Amino acid sequence: MSDNKDKQLFTMSAFAENAVGVLNQVTAIYTRRCINIESITASACSIPGVSKFTITCHSDRDTMDKVVRQIEKRIDVIKAFLYCDEDIVYQEVALYKVPTEKLLEEKHLEWIIRKHSARILEITPVYTVIEKTGHRDETESLFEALKRYDIRQFARSGRVTITKDPVEYVTALLAEREKDLK
Amino acid sequence: MSNSQQITGAQALIKSLIAEGVDLVFGYPGGAIMPVYDALYDCQDELKHVLVRHEQGASHAAEGYARVTRRPGVVIVTSGPGATNIITGLSDALMDSTPMVVITGQVASGMLGSEAFQETDVVAITLPITKWACQIRRPEDIPAMVARAFYIASTGRPGPVVLDVAKDAQVGMMTWRGYKKCDYIRSYNPCPALPASKLEAAAAIINEARRPIIMAGHGVSIAGAEDALKALAEKTGSPVAATLLGLSAMSSDHPLYRGMLGMHGNVAPNYMTNRADVIIGVGLRFDDRVAGLVSEYAPNARVIHIDIDPSEDNKNIKTECFIHGDAREVLEALVPMVDEARHDEWLAEFDRCDEVEKKVVIDPEVKPGKGLLKMGEVVSCVSKAFGDKAIVVTDVGQNQMFAARYSRYTEPRSMVTSGGLGTMGFGLPAAIGAKMGEPGRDVVLFVGDGGLQMTLQELGTIMQYGVNVKIVLLNNNFLGNVRQWQAMFFNNRFSQTPMLNPDFVAIAAAYGIDGENVAGRDELPAAIDRMVSHKGSYIINVNIDATDMIFPMIAPGKAVDDILIDLNTKFTL
Ligand SMILES: Cc1cc2nc3c(=O)[nH]c(=O)nc-3n(C[C@H](O)[C@H](O)[C@H](O)COP(=O)(O)OP(=O)(O)OC[C@H]3O[C@@H](n4cnc5c(N)ncnc54)[C@H](O)[C@@H]3O)c2cc1C
Ligand SMILES: Cc1ncc(C[n+]2csc(CCOP(=O)(O)OP(=O)(O)O)c2C)c(N)n1
Repeated sequence: MSDNKDKQLFTMSAFAENAVGVLNQVTAIYTRRCINIESITASACSIPGVSKFTITCHSDRDTMDKVVRQIEKRIDVIKAFLYCDEDIVYQEVALYKVPTEKLLEEKHLEWIIRKHSARILEITPVYTVIEKTGHRDETESLFEALKRYDIRQFARSGRVTITKDPVEYVTALLAEREKDLK
Repeated sequence: MSNSQQITGAQALIKSLIAEGVDLVFGYPGGAIMPVYDALYDCQDELKHVLVRHEQGASHAAEGYARVTRRPGVVIVTSGPGATNIITGLSDALMDSTPMVVITGQVASGMLGSEAFQETDVVAITLPITKWACQIRRPEDIPAMVARAFYIASTGRPGPVVLDVAKDAQVGMMTWRGYKKCDYIRSYNPCPALPASKLEAAAAIINEARRPIIMAGHGVSIAGAEDALKALAEKTGSPVAATLLGLSAMSSDHPLYRGMLGMHGNVAPNYMTNRADVIIGVGLRFDDRVAGLVSEYAPNARVIHIDIDPSEDNKNIKTECFIHGDAREVLEALVPMVDEARHDEWLAEFDRCDEVEKKVVIDPEVKPGKGLLKMGEVVSCVSKAFGDKAIVVTDVGQNQMFAARYSRYTEPRSMVTSGGLGTMGFGLPAAIGAKMGEPGRDVVLFVGDGGLQMTLQELGTIMQYGVNVKIVLLNNNFLGNVRQWQAMFFNNRFSQTPMLNPDFVAIAAAYGIDGENVAGRDELPAAIDRMVSHKGSYIINVNIDATDMIFPMIAPGKAVDDILIDLNTKFTL
């Protein structure tokens, strides 16, 4: 249905009780609507006992508003938010494994690493692991630069995000709920 | 009984159910749930167990019970096949906002994930079709989890919940410290404060309305908001229409009640939806069988939508004012805020639609005079015979639509049907559950020959417990509803819809249930009288005209004012 609507990249962050199977419930809502997940991160957050799931996907605003409300409807989910890139500070980390002998032939290696603000994590006689943290286009551009060294392995994490909003909604909401209890 | 004692998890489970106020469960035993059945053996006076003949029957019986009592229906089944047999019931209950607590046995926790005998990943299977599902692996967790399950199932938008109890949690010992009901889960807030600004906005919209319609959904019955609904309608002079699941939220006798919405609803409310300037939707989810072609739905109307589930906001249709709250609370707050009004000319337009529908659709159906019996006339006679006061339970198909349309409702919570999932086989077990929930009321089931055979074995449950359910079998020897679509959209190619049927009255007799065949019109009134006055269950097997079709009809994907009143005629005023 939403194929021809204006699609853009959305980041959804859901805060949920740290319980078995919650991530499943969240991703099931994407599956049902046939929305392909671009990246996914599950992690702790600043609130004890609360997990944060960050999922990116291409979709339209109308669909995503519904998705977020259906995620929030799950009992163990405390709150879910929808963001565009402008609303958040975000990072991904990428690792590249390249044969060391190829790198050693290269005069510009230092220059590439510097230019991309990457760093070397491990060097063995056989392979070297390079790390780059940044936005998708940045990790991709390093991938392009390293391509001719015969990348053996490449892996990229999902997004980790922090909001630019001055208000900490989840903390406030949980404090509100705490008051309801009393 | 001391306050803290050592008991098994299974005993704790039974004690928790009793402490929660449960006095009736539907279920079926098996290996992985036997400790619970053993604990139940000592408590049968406080907790009555109904042994169904198939677990699906237990789930629909629990739904029937829940719909009429507004309390969660409770089901106990074993692991593996016992659990998978209730999947349809769970899905049905989620669709129709029906509270249910299902307890499934599970293999011992140490064996989970090893493909142990009768192990099924019940939580994973049921999460998408339940409001909540959880596994219990330790006996000491049982009371709190049971409390949580009932809280979740019965608050907010009601729904089914599964507790999957590992066998070691059932047999292990725990210290019973009494039962504490749950009324708080921090990640779940079922009834937030009413939004005052939204109420004001809604009142302002209502006060400007010239052509309003109130649409009453299942949420009205769930909230017990029938009186408040009537008050709003009477004060604002607004016509009321109901969804299939909203039927009986307002009495059929009320002059402002204007019939059913949707695909096979009444002409007037559907047609007038697209002429209304204000729609006040109360506790309905604007299902596609109600809203039809969404892009052409109510083009002139400002929509107010009152619903307890915030994810319904703008889900199917564009809403100007969504009020998140309980239907009864919202309506009670709203009534004093709206002006008194009358809309006589607007109502007269409904009358004009009604006249056409009566002449073209209703009269030929209810008083055909000649030919084979029609479903509508049977339903209409049965409804009258019960003084329009019975609880109407239906199966799915033409029988359901005729039962819904041609019954009249004068008591609240008098319609029990499978709306969202449309589950054939729902009717018979749901009727059993409804009767057990409301033993003081008459329960009449309308069912087709196809659907009855999907859960026919529950006649055994009726026999064992002496349940008094009146069964009206509308027998057209066809999968009638599919036949109708084949006639309308598939060029009369009746692929796999004719049925060779058994002697249903003889089958019922084998279960000790009296009944009779009704071949023609002259036999009908006396047969209905015998059914009504009979003590105990009774079946009438009515021979129905297979070519009969349910009209009016808004074909799938058509606008709500694009209404067929017979095979070839579109409604116009
Ligand atoms: C063969 C067939 C034909 C059908 N034809 C029709 C038809 O012609 N017309 C028709 O209407 N339906 C028809 N249906 C049924 C249809 O598919 C839907 O099931 C039905 O329209 C849903 O009605 P509802 O929205 O009122 O109830 P539900 O689906 O139960 O939704 C209830 C709504 O109320 C809300 N709610 C719950 N509790 C509260 C509360 N306390 N306060 C406020 N809100 C609350 C819920 O959040 C939900 O949004 C048909 C089904 C079948 C199988
Ligand atoms: C479990 C299930 N299977 C299939 C269907 C599809 N279906 C809807 S109505 C219908 C025909 C019902 O026939 P019958 O029970 O004889 O009732 P009638 O329509 O003739 O009143 C079928 C097959 C369904 N709703 N449920």
